[in-house]
Amino acid sequence: MPRRPLARGARAVLSAPYLWLAFFFIAPLALVAKISLSKSVVAQPPYAPTFDLYAGFGALIEAARTLSFDAYRGLVADPLYFESYLTSLGVAALSTAIAILVAYPLALAIVRSDRRWRGFLIGLAVAPFWTSFLIRVYAWIAILKEEGLLNHALMTLGLIREPLEIFATTMAVVIGIVYSYLPFVVLPIYNALEKQDVALREAAADLGAGPLRTFFSVTLPLSASGVVAGALLMFIPAVGEFVIPDLLGGSDTMMIGRVMWNDFFENRDWPAASAGAIVLLAILVVPIVWFERRQTRGGAV
Amino acid sequence: MSAWRVPRLATLLVGFAFLYAPIVLLVVYSFNASRLATVWTGFSTHWYAALLADEQMRGSALISLEVAALSAAIATVLGALAALALERFGGFRTRSVFVAAIYAPLVMPEVILGLSLLLLFVAIGAPRGFWTIVAGHATFSMCFAAVVIRARLAGADRSLEEAAMDLGAGPVATFMRITLPLAMPAVISAYMLAFILSMDDLVIASFTSGPGATTLPMRIYSAVRLGVSPEINAISSLLLGAVGVALLIGAVAQARRTNAA
Repeated sequence: MPRRPLARGARAVLSAPYLWLAFFFIAPLALVAKISLSKSVVAQPPYAPTFDLYAGFGALIEAARTLSFDAYRGLVADPLYFESYLTSLGVAALSTAIAILVAYPLALAIVRSDRRWRGFLIGLAVAPFWTSFLIRVYAWIAILKEEGLLNHALMTLGLIREPLEIFATTMAVVIGIVYSYLPFVVLPIYNALEKQDVALREAAADLGAGPLRTFFSVTLPLSASGVVAGALLMFIPAVGEFVIPDLLGGSDTMMIGRVMWNDFFENRDWPAASAGAIVLLAILVVPIVWFERRQTRGGAV
Repeated sequence: MSAWRVPRLATLLVGFAFLYAPIVLLVVYSFNASRLATVWTGFSTHWYAALLADEQMRGSALISLEVAALSAAIATVLGALAALALERFGGFRTRSVFVAAIYAPLVMPEVILGLSLLLLFVAIGAPRGFWTIVAGHATFSMCFAAVVIRARLAGADRSLEEAAMDLGAGPVATFMRITLPLAMPAVISAYMLAFILSMDDLVIASFTSGPGATTLPMRIYSAVRLGVSPEINAISSLLLGAVGVALLIGAVAQARRTNAA
């Protein structure tokens, strides 16, 4: 086999996406790390350069002495950051748990539907993913607002006297996240359930297991991989979510994505925002690596 | 199992009602005559007319379409090359770095991606605007494109490629005449996905944009921050309609292909 030319061609094929990602993904992350170690100044761009890579090795060592951990110290000193990390993790975990409780029965109901309908139904469940995220979140404002459609309907029906205060609370953020990410959770669970052999359930039934027992000792354990995939696919981006807490949350739902956004666009403290991003990455690195391992072992998104 | 029929249908009903009620309500209220977004006072297409007259909205829609078309094209090409490298080249040095760089952006919070891209553009002194948004969108979309195309390549029958090689076709000819046609449905899906991701993105566009390049989501976002309005409902309905039609066409094409096969 003509190995040599193939190898050279292969290198060319690989280098285009590789160089692109190195320049637009890996290098920028390194920059974030670098700027998180610089001092905030009132200027354009609003940070004091830490070190110049072109100035040589001696200058590099010199510059290393002047590295500033101010941004990280600020992070630790500022209770806003600490609380927003906790809020973000809590809201993302709660939303993911609720989404699984909603998505699992839905995926199961679709899998157990007539074969002719299955493709259509799973398509219908995933279709909202293709529509604008921003618009779907926006739709919930009109529903949850104090004078919104939900309160309007409940008060007309006489179920409540006073409007419910859901909008601009953590509950609204959780509803928004569950709603927006639901297709991400339904699809992997559906894929896992669909692969299961009916014979396994029949065997369990033949051996005297009731429907509940069959579910908990056959169906559920065999679909665990789908549940984990869906949970990771939702939890990781949800922790850093900006749009949903910004539009549906109130001042008590300061999630980290929002704090970073404010630091960046409003306070113009780039080192603080960068340090916030680095810490967020450090928190998420374990689930991200877990996600990658699963994906590269051949699971489909 | 007929005993489970009723709970199954009830689950489907509740699940789909939850998924679709907000979207349906939004579309319905875009035809509301009243400016108060939650009180129905009568049918009107007034807000659509107002929308068409809104030049800023039209300009942003055009920018978004251009950014999406371009960035999706770049993303699809790079994603296809990445998928080919991952599926057909076996192991190579620093493969794990490459794999990590492909899969991490799929889940990484957009705020981090946006922030890092902005710092890059500031550092290299690139003027921020149309092209920086294109580059940003191409970067995260190419990862989605790579995953979609890779799944197709993994499922494709390798023997056709091997036969072509045995018959004397070089790697380029084999790719153009066997691999690419086989992967075409995935390539088209990847382009659509990249296009939609770009049309929809607010966070990365906000970080990488400059004066004069306000995308449609950025325009909608600043309008939404001022409150619910029938005009936003109208533009949202148009976008939902466009995606709905595209999905329908895709579903029909898929059904035909399955029937033909």
